[in-house]
Amino acid sequence: MDTTITNNFKTEEYQINMGPQHPATHGVLRLLLTIDGEIIKRVEPDLGYIHRSIEKMCERDSYQQIVHLTDRMDYLSSHINNEAVCLTVENALQLEIPERVKVIRTIIAELTRIASHTLWWGVMGMDVGALTTYFYGFRDREMINDIFEETCGARLTMNYNIPGGLMFDIHPNFVKRTKEFIAHFKTKLPEYDLLLSNNVIFRKRMEGIGILTKEDAISFGASGPVGRASGYSCDVRKHHSYSAYDKVKFNEVLKTEGDTYARYQVRVLEMWESLSIIEQLIDNIPEGDFFAKTNAVIKLPEGEFYQKVETARGELGVYIVSTGTKNPYRMKFRSPGFSNLSLLNHIAVGGKIGDLVATMATLDLVIPDIDR
Amino acid sequence: MTNEALQNLISSWIPELEFTEEKSQFLNITVQPEQLHQLMTQLKSNPDTNFDYLYCLSGVDWGKELGVVYHLESTTHRHQIVVKVKTEDRENPTFDTVCNIWYTAEFHEREVFDFFGIQFNNHPNLKRLFLTEEWDGFPLRKDYVDEINMVIK
Repeated sequence: MDTTITNNFKTEEYQINMGPQHPATHGVLRLLLTIDGEIIKRVEPDLGYIHRSIEKMCERDSYQQIVHLTDRMDYLSSHINNEAVCLTVENALQLEIPERVKVIRTIIAELTRIASHTLWWGVMGMDVGALTTYFYGFRDREMINDIFEETCGARLTMNYNIPGGLMFDIHPNFVKRTKEFIAHFKTKLPEYDLLLSNNVIFRKRMEGIGILTKEDAISFGASGPVGRASGYSCDVRKHHSYSAYDKVKFNEVLKTEGDTYARYQVRVLEMWESLSIIEQLIDNIPEGDFFAKTNAVIKLPEGEFYQKVETARGELGVYIVSTGTKNPYRMKFRSPGFSNLSLLNHIAVGGKIGDLVATMATLDLVIPDIDR
Repeated sequence: MTNEALQNLISSWIPELEFTEEKSQFLNITVQPEQLHQLMTQLKSNPDTNFDYLYCLSGVDWGKELGVVYHLESTTHRHQIVVKVKTEDRENPTFDTVCNIWYTAEFHEREVFDFFGIQFNNHPNLKRLFLTEEWDGFPLRKDYVDEINMVIK
């Protein structure tokens, strides 16, 4: 462009609020944007609108009660959050967990991951203007929710894990319905690619924006699909295996582009891997008890305990400092969304506001996970 | 690297460090606040340790002391370590920031500042993250009292 024209249309920076009630923030998150025309100069997240101080509440609660609170962090991975706390307590008590529990936990965790990714996929499409995906995603997620409802008694906040095992045994229909879901979803997942992944408009919108390099991904503590889309091998299930993940074969989905489309692809491909994990386990659920006996009042030994698990969003860490009483002295949750949000400014600067919506959608933020 | 090899290597950099593996699944290092930044820089940059992933940064109130616990992992060697720094100064607890070493520390340190009132030198944007600016006190400290909102047993 001619420089004289540019000078005549000189622009200046100004600030604008995105949220706290914005459809693309998927919850109460306020982003303070500094923009110059359409170009983003700075993104500053403002947090705390729904902070419930779960960490402080944990210092007052028993370990059985804490499990319930973790449902309310990343509510789309509630089962995996429960599992994280239970594993920490079980490891601290050096409790031997029946094989049956490990396998059921793994199956349900992978169903949770698929449920979370289908919801994300539906909302992702809606964020960039494709409303149909929302109905596709919710249709398939509904089947998983029905399976959960039958076995756990809840559709969202499952509370199925207790320290030592599971609250109840699986429902007699569980295996049958899970197999039905696998057969159903295997025919539907290719439709996801037809509808969105290979859509020219969608790809032009997604490719080459919000690029995160591998070095930055590690430095920002990115985890889950966000890290793996940048070629950073960060799957906790592979590197620090827990439950029954050491018994199954699956691939860690890695992409090297690091852009929005790569993050999108990683999640869609991960659903195939989750299906494969469930298929390997569903016919081989060992017989036996569904819990190991624990004391009614659980007291952890004095010391510090840390456990990480792979939720649908990435690495969830549970850090407990115990003084030997029935409550934790200090409890910290290292949530995946918190670290993934912290890199938003880094990858959004220089892009357009419209791209910010697409970029943020592929970070798959769940705000209660950030505002614990 | 094994914990023993790590301990030998790291203690050759700074002699005054305290090491312990008691009551924890990791090797724990306790460092003096003055040496924190030097130790952290070396842990990241030394190719044998290469702790490039700071996966958890937590504030802890030990009663008498306030401090920060850093959980580190190397994505190349896959070994893990825990670094602790403590101070008895509850009026003005201050440590050096590590957010120029790991970007993730910027948000995590703001969270620690918000809930524990621990200051970080050279932090680019140290202000409350979750609570409002006018909030009084630091809720995750053990001596914090809020008679209206807290259930005190």
